[in-house]
Amino acid sequence: MKFTGNAIKYGDNVDTDVIIPARYLNTIDKKELASHCMEDLDKTFVTRVKTGDIMVAGNNFGCGSSREHAPIAIKESGISLVIANSFARIFYRNSINIGLAILECPEAVAGIGEGDKVEADLDNGVIYNRTTGAEFKTKPFPEFIQKIITAGGLVESIKKGIIK
Amino acid sequence: MGMTMTQKVLAAHCGAEKVEAGELILVNLDLVLGNDITSPVAIAEYNKLGIDKVFDNKKVTMVMDHFAPNKDIKAAEQCKMCRNFCGAQNIEHFYDVGQMGIEHALLPEKGLVVSGDVVIGADSHTCTYGALGAFSTGVGSTDMASGMATGKAWFKVPSAIKFTLKGKLNEYVSGKDVILHIIGMIGVDGALYRSMEFTGEGLKNLSMEDRLCMANMAIEAGAKNGIFEVDEKTLEYVAEHSTRTPVVFKADEDAVYDEEYVIDLSEIESTVSYPHLPENTHLAKDSGDIKIDQVIIGSCTNGRLEDMIAAAKILKGKKVADGVRCIVIPATQKVYLDAMEMGLLKIFIEAGAAVSTPTCGPCLGGHMGILAAGERAVATTNRNFVGRMGHVDSEIYLASPEVAAASAIMGRITDPKEVM
Repeated sequence: MKFTGNAIKYGDNVDTDVIIPARYLNTIDKKELASHCMEDLDKTFVTRVKTGDIMVAGNNFGCGSSREHAPIAIKESGISLVIANSFARIFYRNSINIGLAILECPEAVAGIGEGDKVEADLDNGVIYNRTTGAEFKTKPFPEFIQKIITAGGLVESIKKGIIK
Repeated sequence: MGMTMTQKVLAAHCGAEKVEAGELILVNLDLVLGNDITSPVAIAEYNKLGIDKVFDNKKVTMVMDHFAPNKDIKAAEQCKMCRNFCGAQNIEHFYDVGQMGIEHALLPEKGLVVSGDVVIGADSHTCTYGALGAFSTGVGSTDMASGMATGKAWFKVPSAIKFTLKGKLNEYVSGKDVILHIIGMIGVDGALYRSMEFTGEGLKNLSMEDRLCMANMAIEAGAKNGIFEVDEKTLEYVAEHSTRTPVVFKADEDAVYDEEYVIDLSEIESTVSYPHLPENTHLAKDSGDIKIDQVIIGSCTNGRLEDMIAAAKILKGKKVADGVRCIVIPATQKVYLDAMEMGLLKIFIEAGAAVSTPTCGPCLGGHMGILAAGERAVATTNRNFVGRMGHVDSEIYLASPEVAAASAIMGRITDPKEVM
């Protein structure tokens, strides 16, 4: 899996209430959810995000509510990968389950600034900051998780008999 | 090396003698829960699976509590989708307006969860049932769909933090103050991916309501689950509410914990979490002159009968301050009815508070008490994130029912002792 895009950077404890405010949870329409993504934290996000962009954040990203609408909104907005120091656990498993690539790499978070051009090669476990020339090593996903992602998410892995 | 309480429950549900922290396991589920916001996404995913029937129509439950009674047309459509699905699947425990309550107050009351169960719910506060000695945790809608189809879920076995409780709470101090104090101490990611296990001789001094409230907020410290050692009080509660047989799991003597804390309940004072994180705790008595516009008493954290009694004790014969809107929301129909029969609703109404049918409404900024820009609320809810209860420029102060009721009277945040 390879991803290339510009970094959009946020701080610590970005919660699911700011990723997708509850007032928009009366729909499951992905496009509509994406149109309000990050609205209560950064109103400019939806106008500046480009397909493939990489979201970079600090500690405990996605804390709070279990709403799957949060990773759905991020994925649908065009973000290809989220790199953070750490993720809240429900957000982490929701992202894997819906097929949004996410990665914990504090070194990369520290070494990537807003707008930097980032390339992530998850097969070989390397993230490149093409703006500064820096390189960061990452850990691969556990095999079980890789199987789910490769199958295309949890629903697909059940259909393919990976989870019985 | 022994197992923690959580690890023992999980081992028993995946057919293993022993599990270790970090291990990935597939466990059998005793209950799969969803609400009117998360279930529609789960139903859409479930329908992609091509599996006709859910794994067990008695072990899937849906509760219409978040935007119900329907706040708008879209919310009505979402509830209808759940209603239709549950009808077609013959789901035994579908709770609609008139029967429903806030899910995490309702399920223990209905006896759907007992000690030793494994429960997943597409709602982050599913961790509440740890108060009964169950492993229960919040998941997303896709996990819910998968759980409904297969009766199983995958987990990474968590390590744990042990909290040994001792002593007894002071008057006007309750479980909410204890858990806010703990979150203030370890932070909103202090228990990330891990279990919070509560034990110690102080347990006997905590009511089931205190424990449910504390387990409810384990997620606010990032925990996978919170779990309480089962004692006589737990077993009495389960026997009173459920016909199912509880299974008691106790941590091994040589269980290994990442961290251990001793909490002296007698030292805990009324605690308030200031905006915009639950970890931002202060003592209520040190709050100075923070004027408030709204008070919410209710939610899955503090909408149980004991919470209603605590609030009524403080509001009795007093008036909500001018300029403050006080909204009391009993969490279930039973709590509502009991509060009515005990005369608590009369106390609330005479004090100038509004009393609502059960709903999660204001807690997540859905309906029934949304804040305008610049407004400030004291709420017995569980999250004070930016914009959680309304406008991004509003503020939420999390507190116990005692603090909330006292603050409603004073029009500013205060320690209940000031008004009693």
